[in-house]
Amino acid sequence: MLKQLTVTTPSDREIHMTRDFDAPRQLVWDAMTKPELLKKWCFGPPGWSMTKCENDLRVGGRYVWEWSNAEGEVAMRMTGVNREYDPPSRSVRTECFEFGCGPQAGEQVVTMELREDGPRTVMTMTLVFPSKEARDGALQSGMADGMNMGYDRLDEILAEK
Amino acid sequence: MNKTRTRSPAPDPLSQTFAALADPTRRSILSRLAKGTATVAELAKPFAISQPAISKHLKVLEKAGLITRGRDAQCRPRAIEAKPLKEADEWLENYRKLWEANFARLDDLLDELKANPS
Repeated sequence: MLKQLTVTTPSDREIHMTRDFDAPRQLVWDAMTKPELLKKWCFGPPGWSMTKCENDLRVGGRYVWEWSNAEGEVAMRMTGVNREYDPPSRSVRTECFEFGCGPQAGEQVVTMELREDGPRTVMTMTLVFPSKEARDGALQSGMADGMNMGYDRLDEILAEK
Repeated sequence: MNKTRTRSPAPDPLSQTFAALADPTRRSILSRLAKGTATVAELAKPFAISQPAISKHLKVLEKAGLITRGRDAQCRPRAIEAKPLKEADEWLENYRKLWEANFARLDDLLDELKANPS
């Protein structure tokens, strides 16, 4: 069973991700949109946790997500607006990092789509950045965090599952 | 993040790598060169575009440091350069791992939700 995440850069300003989930689409949708469920998995780097998740699940609704580091300090905040909201298949939102996530100028637009594949669900996520520099900055933050945490800790976490 | 700068002094080369890789023709050229060196004429053959157009693509790849030009004055065969590709790959791979850790947790949560439907 292939559940590996695929990350590609189809153009200068985009990041594209695809991942399979072994669950019905409605369940995946809930886990990706409902605050009480998001808080259980969407952590950022190891040691971090999601400490605030407000999500106004309507077109035009705002959201605020916050992450805290291992010391319990708020380390990253992302805000934005839900532009499209079409459960359980498609959402479009803007993302703006107020702090803690690299030299990102402006906001990015993130389209998330869930497609049914028998009992499984295929997620695709496309992030469109305002510029190539902003896109590269976001990719680099993955690099930096990957470097900081070291592969060992990451492997531990992956092994836990 | 600023701390990244200390490790990689110039983010620009990587940006160039990604820009060069964004074009499907250039990716095809690279995969051809991965099999061995080739001249411009050889590289142009499988494509329905002119040799000057291919030369343009080669210039972009060369500027990004993804290929090099041989010394043979007659045909100047091109060869692939592995290092920038590897760096771009590492970049993506780390980003991927960061997200994969999240999605692995999501897998667990989904299993739980399936087992105990609310």
